[in-house]
Amino acid sequence: MAATTANPALDRAPTAGALRRVWTLLRRYPVVPVGVLLIVLVIPAVFAEVAAPHDPIDGDLRARLLPPAWTDGGEWSHPLGTDRLGRDILSRMIHGARTAALVSLAALAVGGTIGSLLGLLAGYFGGWWDHVIMRLVDINLSLPLILLALVLVVLFEPGTATTVAVVALLLWSRYARQVRAEALTLKEMDFVARARVAGASNLRIIFRHIFPNVVNTIIVLATLQVGNVILLEASLSFLGAGIPPPNPAWGVMIAEGRDYITTSWWLSVIPGLAIMLTVLSMNLFGDWLRDRLDPKLRQL
Amino acid sequence: MQRYIVIRLFQAAIALVGVSVIVFTLARISGNPLDALAPVDATPEDLDRLKALWGFDQPLHQQYFVFLGNALTLDFGDSIKFQGQSAAALILDSLPASLQLAGFALFVSALMAVPIGVVSAVKKGTLIDIAGKFVALLGQSLPPFWLGIVLIWIFSVNLGWLPVSGRGGFTHIILPGVALGWFSVAAFMRLTRSAMLNVLDSEYVKFARIKGAPEWKVIWKHALKNAAIPPLTLFGIIAGIMVTGVVTLETVFAWPGIGQLSLAAVLSRDYAVVQALVMMISAMFIAINLVVDILYAYIDPRVRYGGGRG
Repeated sequence: MAATTANPALDRAPTAGALRRVWTLLRRYPVVPVGVLLIVLVIPAVFAEVAAPHDPIDGDLRARLLPPAWTDGGEWSHPLGTDRLGRDILSRMIHGARTAALVSLAALAVGGTIGSLLGLLAGYFGGWWDHVIMRLVDINLSLPLILLALVLVVLFEPGTATTVAVVALLLWSRYARQVRAEALTLKEMDFVARARVAGASNLRIIFRHIFPNVVNTIIVLATLQVGNVILLEASLSFLGAGIPPPNPAWGVMIAEGRDYITTSWWLSVIPGLAIMLTVLSMNLFGDWLRDRLDPKLRQL
Repeated sequence: MQRYIVIRLFQAAIALVGVSVIVFTLARISGNPLDALAPVDATPEDLDRLKALWGFDQPLHQQYFVFLGNALTLDFGDSIKFQGQSAAALILDSLPASLQLAGFALFVSALMAVPIGVVSAVKKGTLIDIAGKFVALLGQSLPPFWLGIVLIWIFSVNLGWLPVSGRGGFTHIILPGVALGWFSVAAFMRLTRSAMLNVLDSEYVKFARIKGAPEWKVIWKHALKNAAIPPLTLFGIIAGIMVTGVVTLETVFAWPGIGQLSLAAVLSRDYAVVQALVMMISAMFIAINLVVDILYAYIDPRVRYGGGRG
């Protein structure tokens, strides 16, 4: 017995052991999440014009509410079926991926930059800077942001730019808090004192000496937030306060299919599945990246 | 401790004032409030009289103080969409429905998260742990409003087990509650897990084991009881997550709470109601976080000197 199997634990529970090994392997290298992300989000977003078989906005009214190709009555010219205006679901999904990627990247860039900058200032200078910026964070965290987002979208013209601005407004405080906390410890370090002795200006110390040490944190935070940002954009679009129809966005598609759920399930179910796959893979990828780059963030 | 409470109270007050400034500013940059309030056929003289009546001819900072004074007495004016009702009354009427939904969702969330969190602390790497974590992660990745639609499709349309929408008996709350609760399972579970790991390491758990208490009793009774304190501090954060979910889910399930009211008020530009909503929900958030922070400082003295969490 002991001669045939090297590992007695494997012998006791062969399936659990094998599954566990697959699990650890998948956790160590995020093959599946990255693969799913490429297929569902990145490739469609980059190659939308080439990949989409039909126009995402102009529909064919003779082919309305076609079911997906693998079900009864479906056609392979519209693999995922069509909606009530005869628009091809697959094409709208592909262009929707571009919308999701664009909005989340832009919102993270704007929110992340503003938040990190404020966090650096608050942490490095302390005193009044810190008080004012931290109270702003408090205010930001105590506002019902979804309501504020709704108000802003109604006030300004709904569209991609407004959605990006609104989502960025909801994001920045997380960066400010985290970066401030790290800047607080970093500024007490020897290398900062030495830089100051060497005559470096405050700005130089912040951007040349402290900033490179918080970049990892910022990247990890951003990766962990992509999923939430996509959910937020979908929620806003679903409520009619994000990307305005007829533009292709996953949240808009779910909203449009809602009234047809009894007869044409694919209208809502398919875009929701895409959101789920994207967010799930993004979260798994973010977890992996965090463990790699910045394990001290594990409580996030 | 007293010093900490005073500082926290002061910070909460500043946050509340900040929120009121934002709400006031938003209402003013949204255009001339007279255009929304005055009748269409009002003459210029009528407009002047209305302006004086509502105080719009005063300087801005005076208008703000009037607004703040009224807000303190929950007087936000009357709703435009729902004629003859005050904004505050509308909100107080629809608040219980939302609290009921959020409360049930919290219960569903805890019901799923606590066992998963405990198992993943005690039996890390087992199949149950992996399956539990997957369920939690999945919930965090599903848009709650979409989950709601899919649940309606499965359980109301196809199986016919549960009502499609509206507020009524217990059967009405199951679907929206699950759709809302599942989303926060992952956050809840992580906190339960780390709290359990801390507690399991402590002397009194070791003592309970030495005493000969059965392992299930050590874990589920002795340890869990004390591990339950830190997850309570998550309450403030979860309350924030829930509001977003409540707005979308109340729309999906036609649940007559503040979520539906918010959307209706925003879309019909009913500013009195919107202002009242933002102010009252913010005040609730600030109060919840204040209570949580003070409780936390009471339990964990380290917080009092560190100047706050995180």
